[in-house]
Amino acid sequence: MTINTINESLDDAATDDHHDHKMTGIKRWLYTTNHKDIGTLYLWFAFIMLLTGGALAMVIRAELFQPGLQIVEPDFFNQLTTVHGLIMVFGAIMPAFTGFANWMLPMMIGAPDMALPRMNNWSFWILPFAFAILLSSFFMESGAPNFGWTFYAPLSTTYSNGSTAFFVFAVHIMGISSIMGAINIVVTIMNLRAPGMTYMKMPLFVWTFFITAYLLIAVMPVLGGVVTMLLTDTYFGTSFFDAAGGGDPVMFQHIFWFFGHPEVYIMILPAFGIVSTIIPAFARKKLFGYSSMVYATASIALLSFIVWAHHMFTTGMPLFGELFFMYCTMLIAVPTGVKVFNWVATMWRGSMTFETPMLFSIAFVILFTIGGFSGLMLALTPVDFQYHDTYFVVAHFHYVLVTGSLFSIYAGAYFWLPKWTGHMYSETLARWHFWCSLISVNLLFFPMHFLGLAGMPRRIPDYALQFADFNKWVSIGGFAFGLSQLMFLAVVIKCIKGGKKAPAKPWDGAEGLEWTVESPAPYHTFSTPPKVD
Amino acid sequence: MTTKEYESYYVPSQSHWPIIGAIALFMIAVGAANYVTDIKNETSGYGGYLLLAGIGLVIYMLFGWFNNVINESMTGKYSHQMDNSFRQGMSWFIFSEVMFFAAFFGALLYVRTFAVPWLGGAGNNVETGAVLWPEFTANWPLLKTPDGTETTSMGWFGLPLINTVLLLTSSITAHFAHISLEQNKRPQLKAWLGVTILLGLAFLFFQVLEYSHGYSDEMQLYLTSGIYGNTFYMLTGFHGMHVTLGCVMLIVMFFRILKGHFTPESHFAFQAASWYWHFVDVVWVILFVFVYIL
Ligand code: HEM
Ligand SMILES: [Cu+2]
Repeated sequence: MTINTINESLDDAATDDHHDHKMTGIKRWLYTTNHKDIGTLYLWFAFIMLLTGGALAMVIRAELFQPGLQIVEPDFFNQLTTVHGLIMVFGAIMPAFTGFANWMLPMMIGAPDMALPRMNNWSFWILPFAFAILLSSFFMESGAPNFGWTFYAPLSTTYSNGSTAFFVFAVHIMGISSIMGAINIVVTIMNLRAPGMTYMKMPLFVWTFFITAYLLIAVMPVLGGVVTMLLTDTYFGTSFFDAAGGGDPVMFQHIFWFFGHPEVYIMILPAFGIVSTIIPAFARKKLFGYSSMVYATASIALLSFIVWAHHMFTTGMPLFGELFFMYCTMLIAVPTGVKVFNWVATMWRGSMTFETPMLFSIAFVILFTIGGFSGLMLALTPVDFQYHDTYFVVAHFHYVLVTGSLFSIYAGAYFWLPKWTGHMYSETLARWHFWCSLISVNLLFFPMHFLGLAGMPRRIPDYALQFADFNKWVSIGGFAFGLSQLMFLAVVIKCIKGGKKAPAKPWDGAEGLEWTVESPAPYHTFSTPPKVD
Repeated sequence: MTTKEYESYYVPSQSHWPIIGAIALFMIAVGAANYVTDIKNETSGYGGYLLLAGIGLVIYMLFGWFNNVINESMTGKYSHQMDNSFRQGMSWFIFSEVMFFAAFFGALLYVRTFAVPWLGGAGNNVETGAVLWPEFTANWPLLKTPDGTETTSMGWFGLPLINTVLLLTSSITAHFAHISLEQNKRPQLKAWLGVTILLGLAFLFFQVLEYSHGYSDEMQLYLTSGIYGNTFYMLTGFHGMHVTLGCVMLIVMFFRILKGHFTPESHFAFQAASWYWHFVDVVWVILFVFVYIL
């Protein structure tokens, strides 16, 4: 940074304006501009959404427990899968990461707060309203959206039900929230780093959120654009996605996936950041290949813009398109491989201990890799013709999203809970949470690979008899996984209420500015920036 | 880099404006959703009122929020670093707007290079053309859709050309206004900014006039006239909305200048408004080329 002039007209009074007093009661949370408060709000919101989306999934699995229709109508089943997907993506995973960003980024870079604190409050508080709108459509005459979280036209236009407009405006608000949140992250990192913290000295966690925020700013507006076209097609007689008027339903998929593929990296890059923080702490070694991690993250982000049509191999693209998108997709596996290699190399000959954050991180490395491999299989155009729209795809993205993103969120939560609450969580209960989750999640998602390979289509409430046994086990895994998550709730509540007092740095291998302040972190940290060298 | 710069980073105390803004946005979303649903079902409801109330609340919120910010800025609470945050925030916001337009330009280019020719049987789509739409011939502008809706196209000569000249000129005058501000020449600043605003308003006037030509019985170019009409009205319409917003920003700046705000060193708000103005200008140039000329 080259600012070396001090604005003399600045009176020192500005510093004293920090509100050391918090408001009390609900007003504290409604009016807050404090990054820790807002981070807490994001995290709780994400967890509530996780349970809501999870409840929908429980109904889905109950229906699929046996062949035949037992509990729900097919149309309602479609509403369940749609809203489940939307809630998990936009309501659980993304806000949870934004919560981490809010809590940790200012502390990690030695900043007093996020760069634009009022906008930060606004980005959060519009979210609950968006989900209120989305969920309210369950109670409308027409029911909730039923066209899948990917809302392909013409399902979402010509054949959509009466709540589509509510869906569109809810997505608009979610988009605004993400864009504002991302702008805040970018500006905070570019502008508020402590003196001496150059870009290549930033913790990898900061890097991954930095790059993710750029992805968000670039693709969320495109999502806004595509839902707008969907709105005008459905309500104002345009024909963007209607061949009769010169448009093309396949164009919907192109625009959607131009957003959609970077979106999946938006949901995994922060996970890379969290895991890259935790593994060195418990291996008591520096992260192996820091700069290669930075470059790998950046190249994954760049490549993610030119692979979108791997979701569309079966739409009849020209051959050149099929090949181009296949090769580009396979190329992403290279930087991803670099990351996995570096995590393993960090653990190599480390003096490792296996507290819960580390357990979740190791599980992440292994299970995310499984998800990456199934992704690679799907990336092969000729075989994707067989796998596409089957449970194999469902298995793939649940491995990367649940045992990937969600596990990293749990790892991060356990890692920083002492910093957040000032207490140590109960390691015993946390381990129960981990092992129950690990076993049940694999029972839930692993058999889906075989179901998919055998040809069971996704998003169907009924199935042929030969799939019955596997589906029964999958459902049992599902219920067990769902219940296991309540243990996490118990750990968190216990940890907030009390427990062993946490020292400033409870993990002896941990590094970073956040561990230099006491636990729980004071309401305002780094009003004067720390010196980094 | 001294630490002083950092010590003075201003973290505002609690604010009630964001939550008011969140409620306003909620009202707009629910209002608009109900409104369009009612239009489609030809029923009547409260949606429109809720929408208007929401917009009113947003305006109230913006006034209050910006008032706070302006007061803080005028009383010297902001450091140079804060100014940077605002600048970077605004530039990334504009970038996100660019991406929003990119989605629509992308759609335009996609239909022109792929969808429409394919419907006419290009590439390996001979069967699509022959079986589904035997009558259809692919052209751009698409004046007759596959299902037979006919329309006419808007030429680039005349109003669009005048508008291009107006908007390009206004970008230059906005730049002059900025230079005047930096040289502390207040009368010139007011004059150049005034001219910029007038040019912007003239642009909007002609745009409305052009729409009324489009919707006349002669031209029959409607929003619903197939993909040509869709892309034409959506692109020019969203652009027009942004010009309107830009005009409002510039007008607010004009009044703030009359009140004596801004100094040659510190004028972030003015800068932001003028960036925004250049941005709508650039979008127009791209639009003029791809929607009107080519
Ligand atoms: C090694 C990297 C990856 C590769 C090569 C890859 C490849 C693919 C391919 C080819 C598909 C389309 C399958 C089909 O519909 O036929 C797909 C679907 C999907 N992938 Fe990945 N993927 C990778 C990593 C990820 C990650 C990290 C995430 C998210 C965290 C993710 C989330 C998804 C989702 C959500 C879908 C399904 C979308 C839907 O149709 O609903 N993938 N992946
Ligand atoms: Cu993808």
